[in-house]
Amino acid sequence: MSSPESWGRYPRVEQTTHPLVWRSDTLPSVSGTMLPHGLGRSYGDSCLNAGGTLLLTSGLDRLIAFDPATGVVRCEAGVTLDTLLRLAVPRGWFLPVTPGTKYVTVGGAIANDVHGKNHHRGGTFGRYVRRFELVRSDGSRRVCAPDENADWYGATIGGLGLTGLVTWAEVQLKPISNPFVLQETVPFENLDAFLKVARESEADHEFTMAWVDCLARGKKVGRGLLYRGNFAPPQFDRLPLAKSHLSHGSGLAVPMDMPSFCLNRLSVSAFNWLYYHRQNGKPQQRLTHYDPFFYPLDAIYGWNRIYGSRGFLQFQCVVPYATARDALKEILERSSRGGLPSFLSVLKTFGDIPSPGWMSFPRQGVTLAMDFANRGEKTYRLVEELDRLTREAGGAVYPAKDARMSAESFAAYFPRRAEFAGYIDPAFSSSFWRRMNPVTLPFSLEAERAAGAPQPQSVLALR
Amino acid sequence: MKKVLVLGATSAIAQATVRLLAARGASLYLVGRNAENLEAVAKDAATRGAAKVDSQAVDLNTFDAHEALVDGAFQSLGGLDGVVLAHGVLGDQVEAQRSWAATEAVLRTNFLSAVSLLTVLANRFEAQKAGTLVVISSVAGDRGRQSNYVYGASKGALNVFLQGLRNRLAKSNVAVVTVKPGFVDTPMTAHLPKNKLFASPEKVARGLLRAADSRKNEVYVPGIWALIMLIIRSIPESVFKKLKL
Repeated sequence: MSSPESWGRYPRVEQTTHPLVWRSDTLPSVSGTMLPHGLGRSYGDSCLNAGGTLLLTSGLDRLIAFDPATGVVRCEAGVTLDTLLRLAVPRGWFLPVTPGTKYVTVGGAIANDVHGKNHHRGGTFGRYVRRFELVRSDGSRRVCAPDENADWYGATIGGLGLTGLVTWAEVQLKPISNPFVLQETVPFENLDAFLKVARESEADHEFTMAWVDCLARGKKVGRGLLYRGNFAPPQFDRLPLAKSHLSHGSGLAVPMDMPSFCLNRLSVSAFNWLYYHRQNGKPQQRLTHYDPFFYPLDAIYGWNRIYGSRGFLQFQCVVPYATARDALKEILERSSRGGLPSFLSVLKTFGDIPSPGWMSFPRQGVTLAMDFANRGEKTYRLVEELDRLTREAGGAVYPAKDARMSAESFAAYFPRRAEFAGYIDPAFSSSFWRRMNPVTLPFSLEAERAAGAPQPQSVLALR
Repeated sequence: MKKVLVLGATSAIAQATVRLLAARGASLYLVGRNAENLEAVAKDAATRGAAKVDSQAVDLNTFDAHEALVDGAFQSLGGLDGVVLAHGVLGDQVEAQRSWAATEAVLRTNFLSAVSLLTVLANRFEAQKAGTLVVISSVAGDRGRQSNYVYGASKGALNVFLQGLRNRLAKSNVAVVTVKPGFVDTPMTAHLPKNKLFASPEKVARGLLRAADSRKNEVYVPGIWALIMLIIRSIPESVFKKLKL
């Protein structure tokens, strides 16, 4: 059986798997470390555990309770957001926060403290997690909530699955009176225009996000289309509400890995030009079902395969407003000059609503997400460069979408990292965590060299 | 099937079937061995829309309890019009060859307990002149192979029993549906290497319910197994005994 991949399909690692079936089961005893793994929608190595074991949570997919009066749902950690939507929408409820795909598990949404198009209004997913059960490798089980085991609650939300296994969770949904969204599309001609229209949109719109043409240059750097919307008001006819849930996507699927020549600078820039110009530069308004509004890419099953077998790297950063304009301009120009097209780039503003999670990624400012086909060293260097620019701008990079950030950057982005480390289960680890915390030597090589000590043959010989 | 008794409700195929039945708003009486796991399946079904869910934790190898169990199901749901019999064990062929006790355990669970339960249920359904008995068997019952003939024998015997039962109950308007899954990706087969022939429990459950709805006699799920087993069955015994299957 092939080893599970992350969504970006880079890096590729070997690991063993252990399917979980019942939330009452104890954790397996494994040689090496373990890490919970849901649907593998994290892009880099935070959902991988090279040389260790992945605890597959997809078998923990049972609903436990749903109260249609209060909108509180309790379910096992492997339940997908898709399942919750199928349950909740016909009864007039919706996810309080949703990422751009519904094919993630509740456990994964907690571990990465995911955000959505409503961050400026609603904050992160973790804020709506009322309680959950955390199982540790020592056999202990604890219910964690803001007022019960609050430290474990704070460490686990955004804790990248490292504090133990979440077996079930209770989530507060939010009421909707209509599964349709009143959506408006507003073109903006550059980064300054984006910042202006995004701030303006926040006042009257629950959901905002922008597609950006990352190949535009000069004065047009950062041009794109802003999507903003609100759930539509109630309908007189209740029928469409009950029948609202469309079937899975459009039935389109990427049947195999696409050859890499399909994606090049020319094809991407042609796509971007057409996409930007398709509405003649004027705002447009329309009513759209929540499915294409929130999950446009889910319609193409396995879209990650368009990048071919070498996969791709995602980069998502957030930078504070103070440095946003210059830093994002620099980042967009750098990636454009790199000659490596990002097929889909997304800009969004984050509000100042704090998350209960110590290691949560979102913070006030502007976030930019880009993906780059994996062309080896050239791509790695570019992403590392973007990481450095983000750090210099006082921002942060999203671990769920990272494969290249440096350990120094990680420490700078997550100031509560040391406190968090004390809550990691000793039997848990991930490829990402080891990359961010390389084995530290009990002495400094630099200092020894300066003192004229004989140079060791290999760093490995020292361990 | 609106009022359904599910035997072995914590098995992967049964769980997937329970979800489909729950989504249709059926009333369910779930039976399994582990009370805690059974409770998890029951709550899942209730949350997904089952009209009523009751459950009882019992080891189905206790044959004396079968009569009372069926009584309980009838009383709880106010009658029964469907049964999904899904409990069973794969056993260990090598262990079974060494020990009669291991062989007997497989035969007791897969054949004798099913026969005991179906004896009680068939009489009730025959008397009410209605109902559907769905029994999960296996393609392994179609021909004995060295790699798992004890399991295969338990399912083969079950198939013959069901044929006779179907023949008897036909005039009473009771359907007896034999479901023969091929390889299914479940905890029962977690230790086996997977290939393209492995189907998901969800797919098997959909096939099972389709067969139950149309009151089929014997179905292979997924359908490709009808062809595979046709070929396997047609190999002459003189050749077959030399194969390593």
